[in-house]
Amino acid sequence: MRFVFKTSYDADIRWFKHGAQMFWYAILLAIMLAVPLYFMATGDPYLLGEFTSVLIFAIAGMGLMLLTGQTGLVSLGHATFMAMGCYANVLLLNAGVPWLISFPLVGLLAGVFGTIIAFPVLRLHGVYLALATLAMSILTGDFIILGEAWTGGVSGIAVPDISIFGYGVNKYANPYAYYYVVLAVVLIVLAFYRNLLRSPTGRSFAAVRDSEISAQAMGINLTRTKATSFFFSCAAAGLAGALFGHNATYVTHETFDVVMSITLLLMIVIGGLGFIHGAFLGAIVVGLIPVLIANGRSFLATTFDVNINIPGLESAMFASILIGFILFEPMGLYGRWLKIRTYFELFPFYRKDMFRRQKSYLKTERVK
Amino acid sequence: MSLLQIRNVTQRFGGVVAVNDVSMHVDEGEVFALVGPNGAGKSTIFNLLSRFYTPAGGSITFDGHDLMKLSPDQVPSLGVARTFQNIELFEQATVLQNLLVGRHRHRKTSVLAEAFFTRKVWEEERHHRHAAEQVIDFLNLQAYRDKLIAGLPYGVRKVVELGRALATEPKLLLLDEPASGLSVEETQDMAFWIEDIQKQMGITVLMVEHDMGLVSAVSDRVLALADGKELATGKPSEVQSHPAVIEAYLGTSGIAKGGTAPVRSTAEDAAQKTGDVA
Repeated sequence: MRFVFKTSYDADIRWFKHGAQMFWYAILLAIMLAVPLYFMATGDPYLLGEFTSVLIFAIAGMGLMLLTGQTGLVSLGHATFMAMGCYANVLLLNAGVPWLISFPLVGLLAGVFGTIIAFPVLRLHGVYLALATLAMSILTGDFIILGEAWTGGVSGIAVPDISIFGYGVNKYANPYAYYYVVLAVVLIVLAFYRNLLRSPTGRSFAAVRDSEISAQAMGINLTRTKATSFFFSCAAAGLAGALFGHNATYVTHETFDVVMSITLLLMIVIGGLGFIHGAFLGAIVVGLIPVLIANGRSFLATTFDVNINIPGLESAMFASILIGFILFEPMGLYGRWLKIRTYFELFPFYRKDMFRRQKSYLKTERVK
Repeated sequence: MSLLQIRNVTQRFGGVVAVNDVSMHVDEGEVFALVGPNGAGKSTIFNLLSRFYTPAGGSITFDGHDLMKLSPDQVPSLGVARTFQNIELFEQATVLQNLLVGRHRHRKTSVLAEAFFTRKVWEEERHHRHAAEQVIDFLNLQAYRDKLIAGLPYGVRKVVELGRALATEPKLLLLDEPASGLSVEETQDMAFWIEDIQKQMGITVLMVEHDMGLVSAVSDRVLALADGKELATGKPSEVQSHPAVIEAYLGTSGIAKGGTAPVRSTAEDAAQKTGDVA
């Protein structure tokens, strides 16, 4: 059991609560930095590509987590903002804007776009907000087809390579550099996320999530706070969309469909709503389950000569995992980890009901 | 010049007149209590002051500002803080975070600066934290500092809500039934705190309360309401013995004529029932 003796207020403001925590995150970062070296040695970067997509999903997940987990606004339309980011990035790159300028600009544009979308839908609560964003997500494909002149419509559009001071980064030609680019974006988004959470803005998000009425009584402007949340959330989604485009190298009207929006929401629920870790854990589950299924399938086929070819198997597995989480672990994977950690920290004094709370709903879960 | 001035305020909900032409004023530095049976319009007055409702008529001025021109989130910036009858804390946040949200009206940094967490933001955070710690010391909340609200007992939540209102450093504190659901000891603590808030911090208190013991112990003046109308204003003892107040609580049949005002709602109910039968 660890006792942290705080000697100044800074101990609560810092990113890391104590030295040991910083140490473990430094190790994690070192491993993340070293991962490509392993694949360079083996010469087969297939799995590294999967890791990269997990990180891209984690960026989008952080965006949605800020909106849904921190501010309590459920969005079923975040693929729209990813699409916005992706196409804006392609158009800017094709117009000759250098990637180092176009990429941050894409975040800004997606954020502004999200904020504009936010204002009419901000009057809606709970399911109604979810339905409005779902409708937006359904319309996205149609709008991409309508804007054929820019988006390539049904036939799609090729995504140019990343170029940093003339150094080209392509997923196939140079997967290692691409991984580092994505990792850098993850770290930057993460830094912004943590900064917002430990400042008045983050607390006003939580206030709006838990009680709009008393947030107002504390002087928090609801519309402005929600719009701010939408801005940062959509900016992160836009960045993730741009990277997703580079990852896919070719995007069509079907790339950013409703299923992707739902997957994003699924991801943060599985990971654990309200925790940054949840965005990453959820991305790992969502990103690696298809890999596991594919590997399991080929393993069964080669070792036991059993061929499983059931269409829709992956969707069915996703669905059952989600139902399982909602039934048995509403706090998600990170919530489960917290329980396991507390068990060992307090051993042998852990009690079964330690994390049981009075049943309380998020404002967004109440149907008004 | 009074700190808070309410003139001829009327609030209707459909056909119900919740507050009917009520005028009152709260002077700087006093503890003012609103009493009255359920449905008298006490909480409605609070919600009018917080600007959650807009009255059908009348005016409300606070500290020289016309409250009618403000939106609910602008009221706290003038120095009006409140608690709620059914505790409205931020459930999934810690006690400390709740108190820090109370500091929101003193926020001086922009969202952009906060995203980069500049030196100024850091210094402001320390400053807010220091203010929150003073509230924690005042209300003896040290043991609960890092606890989630969702796991706290009712009595502690009540205190945290008071603390969150104090963290805003208000001029006027609106307490909506500060003692409801508290034990005798907790109610006594609350009385001491209200006294300290008035005498040491110099904060004016306007409260709604049913516990006449607490009301007479701490308040300087009392306004009794029934059915949205003002019955009597004055010192606690005067209001308690006012015939119109006794009538409102006990009915007109006269069973308790000349008696003291009821203290417990169960007593009220019983008296009401006997009154009806008689």
